[in-house]
Amino acid sequence: MAIEPAPGPFDRLLPVLAVLAGTAIAWYLAAIWLNAPQVIERVFADRPDWGWRELVAGTWSMERPVLPAPHQIALDMFHSVVDWPLDSPRSLLFHAGVTSGATLLGFVLGALLGAALAVLIVHLPTLERALFPWIIASQTVPVLAIAPIIIVILGSFNLTGLLPKALISMYLCFFPVVVAMVKGLRSPGVFERELLHTYAASKHQTFWKLRVPASLPFLFPSLRVAIAAGLVGAIVGELPTGAQAGLGARLLTGSYYGNTVQIWSALVMSALLGLVLTACVSLAERVVVVKGKQ
Amino acid sequence: MSVIYPAREHSVVALDQVRLAIREGEFISLIGPSGCGKTTLLRVIADLEQATAGSVLVNGMSSHDARLARAYGYVFQAPALFPWRTVLQNVMLPLEIHGRSAEEGRAIAREHLERVGLAGFEGKYPWQLSGGMQQRVSIARALGFEPKLLMMDEPFGALDEITRDRLNEQLLRLWEREKRTVVFVTHSIPEAAFLSSRIVVMSARPGRIVEVIESNLPADRTLEIRETPEFMAIAHRLRVALASGHGH
Repeated sequence: MAIEPAPGPFDRLLPVLAVLAGTAIAWYLAAIWLNAPQVIERVFADRPDWGWRELVAGTWSMERPVLPAPHQIALDMFHSVVDWPLDSPRSLLFHAGVTSGATLLGFVLGALLGAALAVLIVHLPTLERALFPWIIASQTVPVLAIAPIIIVILGSFNLTGLLPKALISMYLCFFPVVVAMVKGLRSPGVFERELLHTYAASKHQTFWKLRVPASLPFLFPSLRVAIAAGLVGAIVGELPTGAQAGLGARLLTGSYYGNTVQIWSALVMSALLGLVLTACVSLAERVVVVKGKQ
Repeated sequence: MSVIYPAREHSVVALDQVRLAIREGEFISLIGPSGCGKTTLLRVIADLEQATAGSVLVNGMSSHDARLARAYGYVFQAPALFPWRTVLQNVMLPLEIHGRSAEEGRAIAREHLERVGLAGFEGKYPWQLSGGMQQRVSIARALGFEPKLLMMDEPFGALDEITRDRLNEQLLRLWEREKRTVVFVTHSIPEAAFLSSRIVVMSARPGRIVEVIESNLPADRTLEIRETPEFMAIAHRLRVALASGHGH
């Protein structure tokens, strides 16, 4: 049998770079195709002698393109981060901070709620039939419909700002956690449970020494899903709040003024934020969960 | 003592009027074909299952009280080690549950790992060990809290014969040294003949005791004894008893 050499750093980087390059090329081509009609109509209306080169340059440098080119988005993000202080509403990092605050609070609340529901379900099997239909039904309601309701109701109690957004985020976060934790808490086999029985272990000990550690490998993948869903929840929660702050607000003002570059910057920023947040969960997983059996 | 599993049409009699007294310090094997109730008998003694009729006394206590008094250690067919714990932490588990201090538990666990020949493996995780080593960890775990009685349910059934032979010899040395009562379930004739001071032969459907064979082999026997006429004679008696049990 041939033994493959261990992949070097370049071998691992190559597929990443290839996908990145492919995406960039496709994006630039799409920008030409989508923006060309407008460039021809507006810029070249009184200059019938335009050439291909000018057309391509025009489609990649419009002020309000249908699809901005990657470098336009990158420059816009760069300027909004570098040119403005962190507490300025024109800084993308300021908005990312507002959104991640709501996401993290919602994530913590959602994970706690999910874990608590899972513990209840595992210990009181009758609750499974009573709770699960509601839990599943809660996720079939579009968050876009729930978000304004929550904001209006909490607004009537004078609760605005972070909390309503965090609650919407929590609403999306708890579901994957419940499902995974129920499965994880039930994952120990007969031998493991009987072993603790022969030690005359209390229910409390069985829970903390067997069920909880056994559930962790199930919990963390669900936390990664939850924090990404929670970010979507927080952004959706920012849309109907009158567009004050946050990536959602940034998306909304961008679309009010037809500023497509700003919309795309906010989009890319939220994607980056999602990557950072899930990476943080993965890091926590590496610290907490013992390397699995190979 | 009897165990009957109720079913809608035909109840299954797993154990039918089994009478057995196990003496302190003896190594007793339960041998028989699959479905003869040898594991059930062990599980009833361990309070993992309930007798339908009759009673079980462990050290003069009901099996329930004996379990709560942590009077016995139980080794399952699979090592049942917790993959998130190191070898040392796995052996410490029962000690933790019994409320010993971490320091004391660590010292006891180290000592018992050494006794099963696993000194130096304390920091490994179970998946880094071979099947035989994993089962030795589970034996150290069962012995760590010094139970008077050690129950083993086909502990070496999943291992290859070479490993099994070596572990049988180690187990015998351990028993000789520690003089604990061992109840050992197996379906291997050589294993039962080699290890036991007394062998209980059982038959299936309903599970009954066919014969109890006393072994006259010396306590300090080694694997070579399997070539001697005395060993052959016991193995032969076992085979005959098992065959007669099958005839019913």
